[in-house]
Amino acid sequence: MMKDQLIALLQKNARLSNEELAVMLGTDAATVAAEIQKLEDDGIVKGYSAIVNEELADPDLVTAIIELRITPKRDSGYEEIAHTIMQYDEVESISLMAGAYDLSVTVKGRNVKEVSMFVSQCLAPLAGVLSTATYFVLKKYKDKGIVISEEEKDERGYYFP
Amino acid sequence: MLDYDKLLSDKAKQMKPSGIRKFFDVVATMDDVISLGVGEPDFQTPWLVRQTAIESLERKRMIYTANSGMAELRQEIARYVKRKYMLSYDPKTEIMVTVGGSEAIDLAIRSVVNPGDEVLVVEPSFVCYKPIVELMHGVAVPISTKLENKFKLTPEELQEHITDKTKMLILPYPNNPTGGIMTRSDLEAIAEVLRGTDIFVLSDEIYSELTYGVKHVSIAAIDGMRERTIYVSGFSKAFAMTGWRLGYFCAPEPLAEQMLKLHQYAIMSAPTLSQYAAITALRECDRDVEKMVAEYDSRRRMLVDGFNRIGLTCFYPEGAFYIFPCIRSTGMNSEEFCEILLQEEKVAVVPGNAFGDSGEGFIRVSYAYSLKHLQEALRRIDRFVKRHHDAGDKL
Repeated sequence: MMKDQLIALLQKNARLSNEELAVMLGTDAATVAAEIQKLEDDGIVKGYSAIVNEELADPDLVTAIIELRITPKRDSGYEEIAHTIMQYDEVESISLMAGAYDLSVTVKGRNVKEVSMFVSQCLAPLAGVLSTATYFVLKKYKDKGIVISEEEKDERGYYFP
Repeated sequence: MLDYDKLLSDKAKQMKPSGIRKFFDVVATMDDVISLGVGEPDFQTPWLVRQTAIESLERKRMIYTANSGMAELRQEIARYVKRKYMLSYDPKTEIMVTVGGSEAIDLAIRSVVNPGDEVLVVEPSFVCYKPIVELMHGVAVPISTKLENKFKLTPEELQEHITDKTKMLILPYPNNPTGGIMTRSDLEAIAEVLRGTDIFVLSDEIYSELTYGVKHVSIAAIDGMRERTIYVSGFSKAFAMTGWRLGYFCAPEPLAEQMLKLHQYAIMSAPTLSQYAAITALRECDRDVEKMVAEYDSRRRMLVDGFNRIGLTCFYPEGAFYIFPCIRSTGMNSEEFCEILLQEEKVAVVPGNAFGDSGEGFIRVSYAYSLKHLQEALRRIDRFVKRHHDAGDKL
């Protein structure tokens, strides 16, 4: 129970201190520290990152989602090629999909050309890749449960009570 | 030129406007105010509910419903109060859909009170009970609850105020503004006093979904109380649906019959669109409510801890989304505290005495805000209290 609540709080704001988390969970900071350590040791929490509005942070940055169709290998299936692809620093995320294609790869680059070159020179020629389809992200509205495209304004008035 | 003052209803003229209005009219004109003042959820209405409304607009006719509300919705309310609070009401004759819990309160008081009747109003509490009682030429008798009892109503306090004119007790738990609740055993003790009397209970349970670590119990579920209880609730707080204006009451048929007549003439029927949406809320939104409650809970702990650190002590409220810290240690009264805090730190909170005289010395702080917002408010209040403490103001 506490584990779930702790994960939920961290997912919203990983910068809360152990003391603050302890207060919100109704326990003490040492317990929170131990619980977080355990989450990290067990590989449940893999890291902590900021949710950035990239349009403001770096307007030139380009994000693309690439669909790959793959011929799976006889003994290792999709694992081997997924491991190869995730070695590239340009790759932000990679997932195995059910449906019309197999791997979904998110790639970031300085510009459209850089991303396109990465796809054609690094991904497309890999053994087992049947086809690629590249989609460029124009605007991100919501990320990790947080609305990023607009400043949410509190419109509630003081209609008493 | 008409002499309005001479012509208008005396009872309407005597009714005082909500005292807090002026204060918040000032707040509304200021920039960068961090408010902890509102009494409505910061969550959006669950998406499924909104989607139902959109689809209803596309497919259904927006016509009047039955006066007492759509049969399907009343059926769903019957199931809901049964599974949540073990209450059994006949959806055909004992449940009625209203325009917010507020309308149900109005109907209840107006259906019961005769001139001269005394109505016991537990205070601090929501501001609307007394004016409506007085409009009916009744007498509102406040019962002040106390911090040392966690603002619960005790059987002794109740007994003390009962006379042969007492017609009704208004029991508002989980409580706005204190966050106090009544547990089953607290209610048993109250029921013990009421059993054998002719006193009605208007139980305003609009915050019943918002309790923390304790399951809400309705007084209507206590032995011998159902026949005298008007159970009032609604969708505003539980499902973050304030603007949909939808509430309901459950009461024995003879009471419901009178209330239905008033509703028929004044309102006709509650908004049709909201009624469609509410069916979805009751059927499919348990998970949404759970998530909101979990979030309120962690904010509540954070705020109580913060205020206690600052030196404005408060008990752990177990319901609603308010905390009710005591500000007497600052040497200011509630209104002074709120006005000076607003001027100096641009933080808006509500003076406790807005909810009855017994709220003097306290402030109502709402945690229907994001964590970030609450933390910033705490920093400002901390600075404010330290400054006035160091300056030895009025101490």
